[in-house]
Amino acid sequence: MNSVLSNKKTILFFMLPASLIFLFIVIAPIFISAYYSSLEWDGIGKGVFIGLENYKDLFFGTRNIFYGSIGNSLLLAALSVFIQLPLAFLFARILAGGTAGEGFFRTVYFIPVIVSTVVIGQMWLKIYNPQYGLLNQFLEAIGRGTWKQEWLGNKDIALGAVFVPLLWQYVGYHILLFYAGIKTVPQELIEAARIDGASHSRITFNIVVPYIVSIIEICVILAVIGSLKTFDLIYVITGGGPLHATEVPTTVMFNTLFHRVNYGSGSAMAIFIILECLVLTLVIRYIFGRLSYDS
Amino acid sequence: MIVSSYASAGLRRPFQWKKNLMLLLLVAFAVIQVYPFLWLVLFSFKSNSEIFGGNIAGLPESWLWMNYQDAFFGGKVGLYLFNSVVVTAITILITLFTACMAAYGIARMRWKLSRPVMVLFLLGMMIPLHATLLPLFLIFSKINLLNTYWCLVLPYVGFGLPIAIFILVGFMKNIPLAMEESAFIDGASVYRSFFLIIMPIVKPAMATVAIFTFLGSWNELMFAITFISKQQMRTLTVGLQSMVGQYATQWGPIGAGLVIGTIPTIIIYSIISKQVQNSLTTAGAVKG
Repeated sequence: MNSVLSNKKTILFFMLPASLIFLFIVIAPIFISAYYSSLEWDGIGKGVFIGLENYKDLFFGTRNIFYGSIGNSLLLAALSVFIQLPLAFLFARILAGGTAGEGFFRTVYFIPVIVSTVVIGQMWLKIYNPQYGLLNQFLEAIGRGTWKQEWLGNKDIALGAVFVPLLWQYVGYHILLFYAGIKTVPQELIEAARIDGASHSRITFNIVVPYIVSIIEICVILAVIGSLKTFDLIYVITGGGPLHATEVPTTVMFNTLFHRVNYGSGSAMAIFIILECLVLTLVIRYIFGRLSYDS
Repeated sequence: MIVSSYASAGLRRPFQWKKNLMLLLLVAFAVIQVYPFLWLVLFSFKSNSEIFGGNIAGLPESWLWMNYQDAFFGGKVGLYLFNSVVVTAITILITLFTACMAAYGIARMRWKLSRPVMVLFLLGMMIPLHATLLPLFLIFSKINLLNTYWCLVLPYVGFGLPIAIFILVGFMKNIPLAMEESAFIDGASVYRSFFLIIMPIVKPAMATVAIFTFLGSWNELMFAITFISKQQMRTLTVGLQSMVGQYATQWGPIGAGLVIGTIPTIIIYSIISKQVQNSLTTAGAVKG
């Protein structure tokens, strides 16, 4: 039997299709991108090797859109971690505590997660429409007509306006992750604390939170990495405008590659995004590692 | 006894209104999550004169099914829907098949590099697809693959494989070896055992894989807008974008198109919501 399961030809047969696709579609392009990032290349003819010049330009060049776009994505990551996640935790905690319609609420909260971002984006474009949009009409209806805005046209508030649907879409996802985590906390632990007279918030912070630290870590990583990689919704809603106010690294990269046709610079951005995600994942891991070590 | 009477006397009352408050909170949040979609469905049945005439949030005065016909044929959403179905179906089939084979190779076959190869696949989960966009675009254009189903199917499979393999390997490792051993003793080949014993057992895991592969490829935008420029080949995400441009200010058909594009997802979700939730959270937990 050993020989049956260690036959080289059979192993090759099973591994080859997936490995080939993975190698050519995922692995090889990363290295090609890294190579492109060292070129000055407008897509016509051959690129000229310029070393790390493209990376230097990203941060110290005269057109510093990329710099600002990183700031935007980090702000989004912070909002996601400090507003979206606590909110999601709150709702997960209520749901897992057992209320009427537990399953119904979970199902409903998850709906925006599965709907295509293009549909979500187009829908919010209509919600924000200055004349006929839901938001301005609602403000009018409650007598706050003066609050009406060109939500996506004003460069001072467009960023905030774009963040709302981004955070709104994935709250349900985090609720579900937290919910699954909270359900694993042994009921006896909570009961015992309650009998000892612990308050609801004490139970939450001293029992539930420590118990699901690993889930919280996952949620934080997903929230941060998701924010750094966000593209679809911003591409659909503002495309990075007005006046680059809502630009994120991926939209700048996309425009650099396919509108300004600067392959070298765009590839440098792509590589930077990978490294940024990698580094932040490690940082978050490290912080959570310290947290669980301390307690 | 003492404890329980204490609980019912002292705790029940504040507990009651607190519970109601929480329920109210849950309901309010459900409205925030769902009302925008309801509003979308409502205006998809309206005419411009109705929307611009002030009836923005209310029920349509007359339900304009014409909008749906417009979007489906005039806006070509029917065509985009068809393309998305084809691309997604091929993607799911190839992902399932190749991932099952590789998972079997990793979980069952005995070879030195099985662990490193698994780790390599898992690393793939951390790679953002943006970094492969330009190289794939240039390669596909060189081998004339742009504007075909394959230029979408291949990347979708490639980026779907890591999680698929992870889940399937985990599942296969839990299948007792004894089941296969007896088959081998009876003279069955590895291939026979794979197709006739293993594949049927891993069906639940395959369902999980199929669901998130579906959502991933059905909703994907970046590859689709980059690799597809011919109208004939557009999938839903790109197609809806161009349909919106085509109808510009006509809200009704736009809304109808968006609804049509969402119906398949909603149908699947309403039938197997629990599995959809599970498969996506598993995928998320693995990624983190």
